[in-house]
Amino acid sequence: MKKLREKMSLPIRKMVHTILGILVVFIVIQILSVTGVLSSSLENLMPELCFYAIIAVGLNLCVGFLGELSIGHAAFMSIGAFTSAAFTNAAADAIPSVGLRFFIGLILGTVMAGLFGFLIGIPVLRLKGDYLAIVTLAFGEIIKGILNVLFIGKDKDGIHIALINSNQESLDPETGKMIVDGAKGIIGTPHATTFTNGVILLILTLVVVTFLVNSRTGRAIQAIRDNRIAAESVGINVTKYKLIGFSISAAIAGVAGVMYAHYVSSLTASKFDFNMSILILVFVVLGGLGSFRGSIIAAVILTLLPEVLRGLSSYRMLIYAVLLIAMMLFNWAPGAIDFRSRLKERFKRRKEERP
Amino acid sequence: MKNWKRILSTGLSVALGVTMLAGCGKQGGSDKFYIGGIGPTTGGAAIYGSAVMNAAQIAVDEINAAGGINGYQVEYRFEDDTHDAEKSVNAYNTLKDWGMQILMGTVTTTPCLAVKTETAADNMFQITPSASSEDVISDNDNVYQVCFTDPNQGKKSAQYIDEHGLSESGIAIIYNSSDTYSTGIYTTFKSEAQARGLNIVSDTAFTEDTKTDFSTQIQKAMDAGADLVFLPIYYEAASLILSEADKKGYYPTFFGVDGMDGILTLEGFDTSLAEGVMLLTPFSADAPDAKSFVDTYQAKYKDVPNQFGADAYDAIYIIKAALEAGKATPDMSTSDLCNLMKTQMKTLTYEGGLTGDAMVWDENGAVNKDPKAVVIMNGVYVSAE
Repeated sequence: MKKLREKMSLPIRKMVHTILGILVVFIVIQILSVTGVLSSSLENLMPELCFYAIIAVGLNLCVGFLGELSIGHAAFMSIGAFTSAAFTNAAADAIPSVGLRFFIGLILGTVMAGLFGFLIGIPVLRLKGDYLAIVTLAFGEIIKGILNVLFIGKDKDGIHIALINSNQESLDPETGKMIVDGAKGIIGTPHATTFTNGVILLILTLVVVTFLVNSRTGRAIQAIRDNRIAAESVGINVTKYKLIGFSISAAIAGVAGVMYAHYVSSLTASKFDFNMSILILVFVVLGGLGSFRGSIIAAVILTLLPEVLRGLSSYRMLIYAVLLIAMMLFNWAPGAIDFRSRLKERFKRRKEERP
Repeated sequence: MKNWKRILSTGLSVALGVTMLAGCGKQGGSDKFYIGGIGPTTGGAAIYGSAVMNAAQIAVDEINAAGGINGYQVEYRFEDDTHDAEKSVNAYNTLKDWGMQILMGTVTTTPCLAVKTETAADNMFQITPSASSEDVISDNDNVYQVCFTDPNQGKKSAQYIDEHGLSESGIAIIYNSSDTYSTGIYTTFKSEAQARGLNIVSDTAFTEDTKTDFSTQIQKAMDAGADLVFLPIYYEAASLILSEADKKGYYPTFFGVDGMDGILTLEGFDTSLAEGVMLLTPFSADAPDAKSFVDTYQAKYKDVPNQFGADAYDAIYIIKAALEAGKATPDMSTSDLCNLMKTQMKTLTYEGGLTGDAMVWDENGAVNKDPKAVVIMNGVYVSAE
């Protein structure tokens, strides 16, 4: 056991601790849920916490390690969500098992989001800093705009796709069914996201990104972030590594999207707007750039907070904002960091003084 | 060793934290009816949610003062969903923890589509005051509407315009293509108008992100020579359209649907611009039979109630009527209550409502009542008949 621990590098050890932490929380919640102590509102929040944590980890890979500020990650989430939800609804007759459809939808959604990440990445990653942020923002708006006017219907002749509402009439009235209905989006997607598969996917995501970051590829990605010119001079293919990082980050956002689509049964494109992208970015910044554990904790706290504060009725959004500012200051203001380290020091000393 | 201690302490603190959060949950007893409400009281659609919350509160207070339902008092609680599907489901679960037996909500359509799946799974009776999409009531038997469905509104509007000969040189439509409500009305309005041979000369859309500038849409309507502009949209965007048209010196008849309701109470809006605007709404605050409700609302909340409030007020009384007809008691399970109310709703005729007399429901849960057209004159609604 001890040998194993020594064998692991520090980041891997950190990851193992985080996973253990997640498992402990998972087990505790499960016990509370079985014994009936847990309220149904909290129980239903759990999958939500999982997918927000997943997308926060995904964006942290892009912002923290690749060093590229993306404010269009909600768009990748929506691609994952729409792809998988369209599949689960379209294949409802062919594959009766919801679990199997969810699984295939998950793969499709992830791949599709990753693919879009790759395609968008080709032109976008030539830009740097603010320019990149603005282009990702524009891209998010484009995706939202397209999904708003996208109509996909299904009847006995097969699948019909249109960008205006013209195919509603061309659908066979007997067997026709709208799958993606423009601004109405997709409704009636079966519930398949649970706390259990959420935790499994979260752990999987965490393992993937941690191993990626600590691999040869990951080191190349970080080298590009730290100094692009130096990285290029030692023969690192900048475009390639940037694309790898960006696509994986997008694919992880797709996973979160798939989970979202199978958690809330009414899916509309307008949900995945600029605000959503910023919210995810807030998780990442609050949790700390480059810290996956921080992203998870921040996502959990900021998603729980508005629900826990429900008792304060109309003041809750105000208090949410105030708490957010307070947390940001506590985490990142130089004075607060100083204060925290002094506090830590004192605790340590006291521990040592104890016989 | 140290790690195990750490894990144990994390586990314990999580358990403690969660138990504390869970502590504020379940309260439902068997001596009262627990009615919950969901809608946006913050965010862009807050005006609707707040109106529903307040009006339902008035109805509940009246019922409680008059001795309750079947002799039992009513507990009422309203939760915010910020017009977001995900938050709405959370609000629903919070209310379930509180002990909700009947849901009056949700106020807006998109969240309602998410919540109706939950109520169907729990077999909880749900009546929405204002979520008007047909999808809300389709493929379930526990959800009912107090408002018209969107297709119905579009159809009735086209019918009204045609029958009253409101347009001679053509109709322009400006709608929100990113909104379920707006596109729903638009689609049926257009097909009904075409079926009736009405002349649509301009057909323009905007989205949630471009709802601040309407000069192009107005210009197109002007160039096409439309003398009636149909606005199946909410009142914030409508107010901008009205002022833009005024700037351009374009004064056609503006015809709205129930989302237009609220324009007169919009802060910072010059109500003189809304003079002559027609809208199809089941409720007008100046109607004599609404007087006592409007007075109570004004005294309590310093505001004139809109149609959403009236729908909610009716919704609470409809719940009461169904519970009384079925001789329900609060100790029945949520599912039993739902089954009982579903049977009652089939035969129930709700008389003397604020938003329509003699309301009946079809097997889907859609209401059947007559719409009223009102026109804005001197800053108040006047019946257009």
